[in-house]
Amino acid sequence: MYLYPKWIRLWHVLNAVLFIVLIVTGISMQYTGKENSSYMVGFAKAVKWHNFAAVLLTLNYIIFVTGNIFTSNGRYYNISKENFFRELISQLKYYSLGMFRGEKHPFPVTEERKFNPLQKVTYVLAMYVAVPLLIISGIGLLLPEITITRFFGVSGLILTDILHITMGFFLSVFMVIHIYTCTLGAKPTSLFWGMISGYHRDDDH
Amino acid sequence: MKLSIFRILFIFSLVSISSAASSAGFRFKTEGSKVQDAISFVSPYAEDNQRCFKCHGQEKYEYTNATLGRQVRALMCSERIVRKAEFYQSNHKSFSCTDCHSSEYVNFPHPGELRMEQKFNCIDCHGGDEKFAQYHFEEIDSEYRQSTHFKLESDGFTCWKCHNPHSYKITVRNSENLKETIAYDNAICLNCHSDFSKFQLLTDKAEMNIIQKHDWLPNQSVHFANVRCIECHTKVNNNIPVSHQIRPKGEAVKLCNECHSKNSLLMASLYKFESKEQRRDGFFNGIILNGSYVIGANRNEYLNLLSLVIFAGVIVVIVIHIIFRIRKSKKTK
Repeated sequence: MYLYPKWIRLWHVLNAVLFIVLIVTGISMQYTGKENSSYMVGFAKAVKWHNFAAVLLTLNYIIFVTGNIFTSNGRYYNISKENFFRELISQLKYYSLGMFRGEKHPFPVTEERKFNPLQKVTYVLAMYVAVPLLIISGIGLLLPEITITRFFGVSGLILTDILHITMGFFLSVFMVIHIYTCTLGAKPTSLFWGMISGYHRDDDH
Repeated sequence: MKLSIFRILFIFSLVSISSAASSAGFRFKTEGSKVQDAISFVSPYAEDNQRCFKCHGQEKYEYTNATLGRQVRALMCSERIVRKAEFYQSNHKSFSCTDCHSSEYVNFPHPGELRMEQKFNCIDCHGGDEKFAQYHFEEIDSEYRQSTHFKLESDGFTCWKCHNPHSYKITVRNSENLKETIAYDNAICLNCHSDFSKFQLLTDKAEMNIIQKHDWLPNQSVHFANVRCIECHTKVNNNIPVSHQIRPKGEAVKLCNECHSKNSLLMASLYKFESKEQRRDGFFNGIILNGSYVIGANRNEYLNLLSLVIFAGVIVVIVIHIIFRIRKSKKTK
């Protein structure tokens, strides 16, 4: 089943690479000590690469949103309110118990349903809530002169920074879980191959 | 779903813009009230000093020339001008002019030999005095003597080049607005280092461009507005309030993580006067009230711990999941 068109695959691989660069450089900036000047990639290099990768990620995100508006790919992100929690729990139950008992996948992948309910919620939260907040707060830190100076008596830059780091952290955790759940296909590597070839094997979940 | 997300983003940006506008207004009010406080000071020597300010308070002065038998208007030498408003806001505002200058200056025309008058230096009054002991003026003086200013220009350079006795006011210890302090202190350096006509009075060096020299510094304007020149250009000395040992340019701080780290250099310099209570749990709390923010130095210990716990939790769940998968695949084999 051909599920991942070329633009999605290109967007995805670029997004993945940029995310890794941003995580490594972000940690380098946040946790550099006075003594360990070259912690991970070192502060000065980290600033340059973080800014560069962030601009590319923002442009890549615009491509993602535009692509989802103008192609049929956007429909996979529509969450139906009906049976929302029941479906979510049923998917969670499958991951925690069902799959070990040999039960069938409650929401097998079809051309109309690329994501299971749990994937949908996490992808929407990641791509339509966390990433925009990450980008907005990132712009605030890149151009501190446009950031509000005080917000309810607290520095606007500190709040922007906390928002940026928190979103960056959640998205890093998301990435770890995302990579792990991608090993849950028919074979641990088959979903990764699917994202390279564009074809989803029918016995994958 | 998509529509509502865009709506949230739109509201978020509106809130940001309106907060920016209100915060700007707030700052304006604070500055206004400070000016009001400063001009309410009335010197006990106001009347005596006024005799000097009459001529020395502005660019031109008038006197009766007995030889010509008429009023003469003349230009005051810029070196001899003392702005009254600045003086009465300065540290020395409660002084009479004749506390430091000869009382013979009350006579006009001033006697010619008074021009040879030896001027006081900071240490002449502040040194060896119990009242000023806490500020360690002697150590400041010895630091200054090791500074590049003194080493390069020991004849031309004096305390007064940076601390004009007629206008200088201590800001960093008393100011509630750190930005104001930074701007005030940096203006002292820029007074010569960005004005070649003044700079060349003390050196034969070619004209320099501060902006160009600091090209390597990311977000240059933000750095200039948020830290003082001396943060990078002096050697920190914890015994004195403000370090006075200006280092040669090759020894200036250039490593980002000197400031952008947990034990930030700024803790020993710019943020030195924040109370210890404000500084508990590291950098974060001390600076949160200031509106300052330093990447890598502003760390919240609670958030750090929470993030480690969440991350470890995720890894544990994944490992348990893998173990169950391996057991299941062994069973099916």
